[in-house]
Amino acid sequence: MAKITLDHIRHSYLPKPTRPSDYALKEVHHIWADGGAYALLGPSGCGKTTLLNIISGLITPSEGRILFDGEDVTHLPTEARNIAQVFQFPVVYDTMTVRQNLAFPLKNRRLPRDVIDKRVERVLNMLQITHLADRKAASLTADLKQNISLGRGMVREDVGAILLDEPLTVIDPHQKWQLREQLKRMHGEFGHTMVYVTHDQTEALTFADTVVVMTEGEVVQVGTPEELFLRPKHTFVGYFIGSPGMNVIPATLEGASARVGADLVSLPGGAVAPAGARIEIGVRPEFVELGGEGLPFQVTRVDDVGRERIVHGTLAGTPVSAILAEGEPLPAEPRARFKPDGINIYADSWRIEVTP
Amino acid sequence: MLELKSVSKRVGSAYHLSNISMTLEPGSLNVLLGPTLSGKTSLMRLMAGLDRPTEGSILVDGKDVTGARVQSRDVAMVYQQFINYPALTVYENIASPMRIARKPRKEIEDTVARVAELLRLTPFLDRLPLQLSGGQQQRTALARALAKNARLVLLDEPLANLDYKLREELRAELPKIFAASGAIFVYATAEPEEALLLGGNTATMEEGRVTQFGPTVDVYRRPNSVATAATFSDPPLNWGRQLKVGNVFRPTPVEDELQEEDIPVPPHLAHLPDGKYAVAIRPHHLKLEPPTSDAACVRGWVSAVEITGSETYIFMKSVCDWSVMLVHGVHRLPPRTPIDVYFELRHLMVFDADDQAVMQPESEAA
Amino acid sequence: MKTQNNRAWFLVLPVLLLVAMNAIIPLMTVVNYSLQETFGDNLFFWSGTANYEAVLSSERFHYALIRQFAYTFIILAIEIPLGVAIALAMPRSGGWASLCLVLMALPLLIPWNVVGAMWNIFALPDIGLLGYGLNWLGFDYNYTNQPLSAWFTIVLMDVWHWTSLVVLLAYAGLRSIDDAFYRAARIDGASRWAVFRYIQLPKMRQVLIIAVLLRFIDSFMIYTEPFVLTGGGPGNATTLLSIDLVKAALGEFNLGVAAAMSIIYFLMTLFVCWLFYTLMTQEDAKAEMRR
Repeated sequence: MAKITLDHIRHSYLPKPTRPSDYALKEVHHIWADGGAYALLGPSGCGKTTLLNIISGLITPSEGRILFDGEDVTHLPTEARNIAQVFQFPVVYDTMTVRQNLAFPLKNRRLPRDVIDKRVERVLNMLQITHLADRKAASLTADLKQNISLGRGMVREDVGAILLDEPLTVIDPHQKWQLREQLKRMHGEFGHTMVYVTHDQTEALTFADTVVVMTEGEVVQVGTPEELFLRPKHTFVGYFIGSPGMNVIPATLEGASARVGADLVSLPGGAVAPAGARIEIGVRPEFVELGGEGLPFQVTRVDDVGRERIVHGTLAGTPVSAILAEGEPLPAEPRARFKPDGINIYADSWRIEVTP
Repeated sequence: MLELKSVSKRVGSAYHLSNISMTLEPGSLNVLLGPTLSGKTSLMRLMAGLDRPTEGSILVDGKDVTGARVQSRDVAMVYQQFINYPALTVYENIASPMRIARKPRKEIEDTVARVAELLRLTPFLDRLPLQLSGGQQQRTALARALAKNARLVLLDEPLANLDYKLREELRAELPKIFAASGAIFVYATAEPEEALLLGGNTATMEEGRVTQFGPTVDVYRRPNSVATAATFSDPPLNWGRQLKVGNVFRPTPVEDELQEEDIPVPPHLAHLPDGKYAVAIRPHHLKLEPPTSDAACVRGWVSAVEITGSETYIFMKSVCDWSVMLVHGVHRLPPRTPIDVYFELRHLMVFDADDQAVMQPESEAA
Repeated sequence: MKTQNNRAWFLVLPVLLLVAMNAIIPLMTVVNYSLQETFGDNLFFWSGTANYEAVLSSERFHYALIRQFAYTFIILAIEIPLGVAIALAMPRSGGWASLCLVLMALPLLIPWNVVGAMWNIFALPDIGLLGYGLNWLGFDYNYTNQPLSAWFTIVLMDVWHWTSLVVLLAYAGLRSIDDAFYRAARIDGASRWAVFRYIQLPKMRQVLIIAVLLRFIDSFMIYTEPFVLTGGGPGNATTLLSIDLVKAALGEFNLGVAAAMSIIYFLMTLFVCWLFYTLMTQEDAKAEMRR
């Protein structure tokens, strides 16, 4: 088990980076606690894979250091780092049985036979695949193969961190649920530090205690799923997390209210924005109430997604969506009201604090 | 109009598709929903004419085309992988089917301009596919399929390789794009949410069979069998086998200590004969607090929770084999916490011993 | 429906004609020859299976056959491991990779008789670099009068000429392995040998089977190079099947016997190919079942 320290890390694929845009990964400085579940979340090209490769030792960062439990491993190769990794596409040794696959990392490290057998047995039990132990790994389905990849990390006692690189990409929706629950259970049982890389917000939020949201090589917010949902620090986080994402509406501040178009929206408190900043208010569709009161809302489309309906429309010229619970009626000429708790204020896309 | 009449596809002794009949109207969007290897791709290959059915016939506008080659079928196809001509610009990629059909230059220019506008590719027409993002590459493939102006457009999990947010964006645009064309669209996906967002009709598939085919929301709300309900549920459907004894459903096998876990039989089902049934409910219909005064309740034990920020998935063990609930708010419940799980009787789905629906939940306001 | 079927037959007619001209008619001619005896002047006498019996019981044929199998076995045993080893040592990407590929392809581009002629001179003990060099090193080497030297030379020549093919096939197989496998193996602490044994070899299996098949057929039919180099000598030391065949047909004008030999020879190759094909498709079918 390990605490991972990312000490002022920057990385550029260019030999002599000069401008900030030359960096594929802009400065990252974090300490990840031992036994934590972390997710790196962002669209493709946001730098999350670069960061993962720095942690796994595939890339040496241009600047900064990486420490495992205080020990500098920046220049150590992958095999010397005591990490395990689960890849996007299941990696199993085709010619070996499930049991041999799990024993492989231990055999390579020349552990005694009885120790190997005991640990393999334990992991087989944990993964609930004892009945498959003597099947050829090549004959299994994708989700079971991912289980084995995970198990190969779990059998080693020296493993400090387990890295998961979009591990559910090729898994069917129903198996995804099982694998996610499995992962959660294994994390609880073994307590490894886990780093999960994905572009899928649901996977990130449901897996991690702490989610690191990245875009364009930059970390924009590190927080718990609740923080990311309720208090997105940047409008990108608001957009990227949530489905549909947060509504961002241009506004001007007037004391404890915000003017949206011709109407006033009351805020949970006053806020002080830097002079000349572009002000927007962010409201998640979950906090938009459609009824008889509030701002005029023109409906453009309604999507029935079963357990709820997503109402798309415009409000003061800006596209806004709202969520209606299953069975909740949609008024003929709806008006939108924002729940005060759900309103965040943004100056030049960054969130500013509200003082009641 | 495309009609499949009792179509089957056998390879060796194994049926990849068995006895499928469906009619697809021009201008309709038809979703094939099912897990990997449920037969979605095999069915599309039959529709395209890439494969020939072992039994049954395929009719286009009433004409039998069962043996006809793919070239004579007037179909376009979009795949999960982004397939474009790498050496041609986006413009030429989109124009390629019309060039092959030797369309006049004016028509090609107009069509490419229109389709590119629709798919927001206008600024990229001079680029090569590999200089584009994944989303734009897939838009190009879609544009080419639309430019072909085929009568039948087949899309095989076209969004599966895209980032989550890109998928969301394109998914919202697709129904508009489909509506603007008069073709028959067939769209395969493994994700129930995608089927709901696309609307149109849905055929749920399981092991080479179409278990139900109808308007998407109807199939979702009134599944005719356990198979349909389970396929069309994400998170997974909660269901278990129960024994109806008088006016209660009792879990089977009956465990003595848990006799009080009976579920009341909804009043309008009181007439059903006693016997074996399957009782199911969707995860979001389960609550931690009683939603109304006449809600029923079962006991469960938490096995894990997942928090999305605004909602919580609670995985649990329960006597009636229900295993997951989706509730609003954040609930940090440690494993093995006992919970009371409430639900309204009108949300129960009841299936007979053969897993066929005997009662479908009342339709919600749609 | 019926008319469509007839039209389809028309489409395959050209191919049928081509196959008939290329394969069926010559083969039937050979079968015809093999069942008769001729002394020229287009006079033929029916001899039934006499030619086959003569061939199958002749010591000369047995020796040629043994030599042929020995030769094929030796070159396979050298070329397959060597080819795999070279493919493993080649860089996986970049400019050097392309350069290596071009160098590897060179021997394959040289016409076969030129290869024979090249080695003929190269191995001459008085002026050839190889022959002179070996003698200078103290080996008593002369491929024109020592069977061992002759065998050494034809094997070396074949290895030089054809290992490239194995390299290219193995290299293609290696390139198709996703990087994740190597990274997983590093994380699992696998040794170089374990990576080869559990990742590279299983993933190369398919292409290696093709390589063995191709090299088997080619070496079984080999004629030009050893003929140009040694002419089957010294004595009959390097008289492989096809050289023996030509000797019988043209050297001794024993058409009936030569034809019977061809048929036997053809059937043997066909059998081995069938064996390989079945093995390969069986594995594929198994792989299909797993999916």
